[in-house]
Amino acid sequence: MLDDFFIRALLVGIGMAIVTGPLGCFVVWRRLSFFGDTLAHSALLGITLSHTTEINMALSVFVTSSIVALILLKLQKTTNLPSDALLGLLAHSSLAIGLVVIGLLATIRFDLMGLLFGDILAVNANDIILVWIGGAIILIVLKIIWKPLFASTVNFELAEAEGMKPEKYNAIFTILLAAIIAISIKMVGLLLITGMLILPAAMGRNISDNPMQMVIFSVIGGLLSVLIGLFASLEFNTPSGPSIITAGLFLFILSLSRIKKKTQLNN
Amino acid sequence: MTQINNSLVKLENVGVFANDKWLVKGVTFEINKGQIVTLIGPNGSGKTTTAKITLGLYKDIEGKVQKFTEKIAYVPQRINIDWTLPIRVNDFMNLTNTLTNDEIKDALEITGTPHLINKDLKSLSGGEFQRILMARAIAKKPELLVLDEPVQGVDFNGEIALYELIKKISDTLNCGILLISHNLHVVMSKTDHVVCLNGHVCCSGTPIDVANNEKYQEIFGKDISKILSVYEHTHDHIHNIDGSIEKKK
Repeated sequence: MLDDFFIRALLVGIGMAIVTGPLGCFVVWRRLSFFGDTLAHSALLGITLSHTTEINMALSVFVTSSIVALILLKLQKTTNLPSDALLGLLAHSSLAIGLVVIGLLATIRFDLMGLLFGDILAVNANDIILVWIGGAIILIVLKIIWKPLFASTVNFELAEAEGMKPEKYNAIFTILLAAIIAISIKMVGLLLITGMLILPAAMGRNISDNPMQMVIFSVIGGLLSVLIGLFASLEFNTPSGPSIITAGLFLFILSLSRIKKKTQLNN
Repeated sequence: MTQINNSLVKLENVGVFANDKWLVKGVTFEINKGQIVTLIGPNGSGKTTTAKITLGLYKDIEGKVQKFTEKIAYVPQRINIDWTLPIRVNDFMNLTNTLTNDEIKDALEITGTPHLINKDLKSLSGGEFQRILMARAIAKKPELLVLDEPVQGVDFNGEIALYELIKKISDTLNCGILLISHNLHVVMSKTDHVVCLNGHVCCSGTPIDVANNEKYQEIFGKDISKILSVYEHTHDHIHNIDGSIEKKK
């Protein structure tokens, strides 16, 4: 029989995959992969702050990531630097500050590996509730803002001209991204979160012809990654977070065969 | 009060200053229901900028823009669809509003593109895409329609037909249209008011007034007879929007 810890890991992983699927599609469409990284890096700062102030970790990560995201939106407007430079700047400086703070807190022992790669096998009942309730809220908000967000993803000016208020919805989407990172950081860790966002969506892109299809396929891809990754980690005694991402990569490679057929047809 | 009821958008002495220069300055015009206003001018004269001001896409502007409608549709000059986004014509038609299948079909029919409904946007040619942009805007049944060079990439017969279509839209929907064109020749019989731009309004008025204006002639050359001739000769047949030919009855 499967152990309790494994069931808990499955529940958390499934909940996460359902949320990262649709969000990941927008991350890919909007070319925000590096942005997800930046938020994940800034999450380290959030984690250390939660240890010093004893605020709930997810909340602290959510707040720091949101602040970093809003700083980015502000910098994009006020400087002439390209977005990738700003993302790099914020990613590395928030990571550095996080590590400096850890150094200052010599009294507290950190499991740095755990932070970087997460530990989905160590989740408890509270984490399951957090992922499912938090995830449900994220999905409901995403459903509400879907139309204007999608319109502004296709073309910002067109959306703005026709009264869709893209700036507002971009900001809300950014906050949602900070939220998914906050609730899933303990499970996959800050280095692998963007993998969960991007790999299933990238796989979905290869095998779909319209936006809704891509969302559905990336949810399925995420679920399969979690299932295959977790069972493989149990079987081969490999670290679970990285196993999930590796499973996602295999699915992506499989999906490439479909794209080849399509390009041949087009020619 | 009637004036306010008919007016859709009113620009008063507007301008945009960016990167140490005026993109456009001192533009004043008004668009009423059922009216076609055409902006003409050479490249870099501020036509697109003026259209974007009208749409409210610039945050820092000189002067005053008053909009009396929210039902606006925009056909931009250029639009890049990222290849990471799988999107069909059908999805694109629903981008900023929710249409029934019939409404989508009708709009595609009007622009001669019903066969493209399930095509991926990226597989369309420039001219096809331009028609889809147009169909999407029409399907919205807007009160104000802003068209930035809507015939780009459309072949000449299609171009004439599209202008006929624009005229028809303005008549049937009774909407105001802001049309940008670099070519007064083709639009002149369709438009009510022409604003000739060259960084500022260099002249404006009815198409004939503008064509006869010295400043217009300085910018576009003096061969006015050519302009007028395009619309003063007649054909015994019509070129349909899909390229087929039909005898005039």
